[in-house]
Amino acid sequence: MSDTAALANTGLAKLIFGRLSFESLPFHEPILIATFAGVCLGGLALVAGLTYFRLWGYLWKEWFTSVDHKKIGIMYMVLGLVMFLRGFADALMMRAQQAMAFNGSEGFLPAHHYDQVFTAHGVIMIFFVAMPFVTGLMNYIVPLQIGARDVSFPFLNNFSFWMTTGGAILVMISLFVGEFAKTGWLAYPPLSNLGYSPDVGVDYYIWALQVAGVGTTLSGINLIATIVKMRCPGMTMMKMPVFTWTSLCTNVLIVASFPVLTACLVLLSLDRYVGTNFFTNDLGGNPMMYVNLIWIWGHPEVYILVLPVFGVFSEVTSTFSGKKLFGYTSMVYATIVITILSYLVWLHHFFTMGSGASVNSFFGITTMIISIPTGAKIFNWLFTMYRGRIRFELPMMWTIAFMLTFVIGGMTGVLLAVPPADFVLHNSLFLIAHFHNVIIGGVVFGVFAAINFWFPKAFGFKLNRFWGLVSFWCWVPGFWLAFAPLYVLGLMGVTRRLRVFDDPSLQIWFVLAALGALLIAAGIGALLVQIAYSIWKRNELRDTTGDPWNARTLEWATSSPPPDYNFAFTPVVHDNDAWYDMKSRGYQRPLQGFKPIHMPKNTGAGIILSAFATALGFALIWYMWLFAAVCFTALVAGAIYHTFNYKRDFHIPVDQVINTEAERTKLLSAQVVS
Amino acid sequence: MSAPIQTISGAAPVFYVVDEHDHPPGGSTMLGFWLYLMSDCLIFAMLFATFGVLGTSYAAGPGPKDLFDLKLVAINTAMLLFSSITYGFAMLEMMKGRVKSTQMWLAITGLFGLAFLCIELYEFHHMIHEGAGPWRSAFLSSFFTLVGTHGLHVTFGIIWLVTLMVQVAKFGLIEANQRRLMCLSMFWHFLDVVWIGVFTFVYLMGVLR
Repeated sequence: MSDTAALANTGLAKLIFGRLSFESLPFHEPILIATFAGVCLGGLALVAGLTYFRLWGYLWKEWFTSVDHKKIGIMYMVLGLVMFLRGFADALMMRAQQAMAFNGSEGFLPAHHYDQVFTAHGVIMIFFVAMPFVTGLMNYIVPLQIGARDVSFPFLNNFSFWMTTGGAILVMISLFVGEFAKTGWLAYPPLSNLGYSPDVGVDYYIWALQVAGVGTTLSGINLIATIVKMRCPGMTMMKMPVFTWTSLCTNVLIVASFPVLTACLVLLSLDRYVGTNFFTNDLGGNPMMYVNLIWIWGHPEVYILVLPVFGVFSEVTSTFSGKKLFGYTSMVYATIVITILSYLVWLHHFFTMGSGASVNSFFGITTMIISIPTGAKIFNWLFTMYRGRIRFELPMMWTIAFMLTFVIGGMTGVLLAVPPADFVLHNSLFLIAHFHNVIIGGVVFGVFAAINFWFPKAFGFKLNRFWGLVSFWCWVPGFWLAFAPLYVLGLMGVTRRLRVFDDPSLQIWFVLAALGALLIAAGIGALLVQIAYSIWKRNELRDTTGDPWNARTLEWATSSPPPDYNFAFTPVVHDNDAWYDMKSRGYQRPLQGFKPIHMPKNTGAGIILSAFATALGFALIWYMWLFAAVCFTALVAGAIYHTFNYKRDFHIPVDQVINTEAERTKLLSAQVVS
Repeated sequence: MSAPIQTISGAAPVFYVVDEHDHPPGGSTMLGFWLYLMSDCLIFAMLFATFGVLGTSYAAGPGPKDLFDLKLVAINTAMLLFSSITYGFAMLEMMKGRVKSTQMWLAITGLFGLAFLCIELYEFHHMIHEGAGPWRSAFLSSFFTLVGTHGLHVTFGIIWLVTLMVQVAKFGLIEANQRRLMCLSMFWHFLDVVWIGVFTFVYLMGVLR
């Protein structure tokens, strides 16, 4: 009798909890327990603080449910920054492990933990740091640059953000409940198949990326529609700012590549959940097909990250050189050529697959060709600076650091594009040094340039220069100290993802790299201090003009921070550098004739639906079939329920517009008097 | 977008639109939905490519000639093609503003879609019963995934269709509902086009091989 009861009990527990049990919590891992305790305490302090200051309602009403592209952009940046700290903690652990594990020492990370750390580092840095950063920038800047009041689909924008966050939450949960993938950031089969990775790690990987991937695809569609349909009068395609152009190309890349990732991960999950044979070693499966499919997404992804920051550097260079961008047309065409070529190079990630000389030559040559438009861009920036009155403000310094660093990374990339050289260097630390050289030197430096450049626009005060310089001078030498040794080690034949080393002569290089990582850590610390200090001293750093850098594009035509409606009157554009044109031809800011402004209404549907989707992902990871069914039903029903809401817009009353604009008039005239 | 831009030389340049009107909602919806369909199309392209690579990896199991019943597939295809025609009729009625006949043609479309799904499920059931499930070989994995993904799309299309019928019944053929019906129309015809690809590449060429 009691036996049957116990059996029914386990059956029921299995139905509800799947394979989740107390053993899934990492009580045996002191590092994780300490981290967990830290996160819990920090989280509790945050929740308590928010409750004490009664901020929950404010956050929910003004931020979480907001469909304002500016607030969503800022939330993306915050998400990116938080995940950056997590991803960088992983990097520090790896550098410490590799610097220690010599002369018989095993280091401090056991193998199964170390493998999760390098996987999580890659996944987090690409999907939950770099992607939120560039999506956040595009979200914030593009509508302002094209003179629009919001994106084409404001609700979808909110939903996309929360789906991205849902993916990030799943990755964070994996730190404490179960484990993350131990497969490397692209989870190649057969290692990622059920036979070799029977635990939840790969499932966390799959569902985190699927949930976030939906968000990314939808935000790509949204921004393309916005750029194509919502430009203000007069802004023809060839009058769009370069950042908007690179954003357009980036979003085309997103829409044309993320579905490939989705399909590829669906096939992997079918292999793991249903027992199909797409990527298995037997019954006709083909693991190399996964590698092909995922890199058909993966290579365009690299350009998804770097194209927007090319746009950032273009805006920054022309602003701080006080000149029109050199070669606007060639810049646009270079961007388009890169967009197209990025689909014709994927095989260079696995020349060693053995597809033969002809195939490898084709992909080697296309890879080398892609450096031509990129080189053209570098020359355009240099010629923009030539004979310009260069102001060495922080964004410009990051841009120059980018040019010096990225060019080296580009050249090692062309070196790797030569198939015979790649056979020697494949999966070596040389490759690791190369792609960090372009991603940090390109994307991360670009994001810092963008943050320093547009921060006053978003918050109404500049970032402190001193702490910005400290961060800069820790980051740039820190980067070189951390990655130059990896080039050397790679040339000596050291492969990636190793946990312990036999040859003691290599240790000095790893120690140097670890010191570089510490210098970068100081740079990140200085960045956080810079933000905190600037908030503290915000009144001294205040920008009342809306145009603190004497810049050139439309986002600087409105106040800092811009009002909810961005522009009281939709701008009309006559020139590439629309705001510069307005300033130089005697533009007078309109002071009357305001009208009520038609705007989209906030909605909680985005965050609620994403919560269902994230819970569905969690249920599928742990085989909680009942809970999964409930979440899925809730998701579909919630989406249908949302479509019954037809009233999605409202008008900002004219009085409110008049008041907001009068405030600005007061600020601007105070500026003139002082 | 519609505001005229003054470019008369000599006159002061116009830098903002003075007389602006509300933009009608949904101006970007068709473009946005079309972009979504193209992204969906890429998912199908991947599944077709996968079938192209694995479609002959029978792993000593049954092949297309042993499994496919072309007569059944022909009936199935007819169901889907008919449903596209009837959806077209529904759209014509919508243009004329006739709620009742729009609803009738939508219902007929849904029934054809349902018939398609039932036949497909019967086919799947039959194959699995014969030991030719998706786990049997890479060929069957890619077959079930490609055809099943299409079937899932049809399922969601039917759920969406029913939702829209309720909304049309409740709110009439208002502009928002017309726009939604247009989107579903694109979705439905898109699935038809994909099915023609499935029918040709998977079934016909499979049996020929």
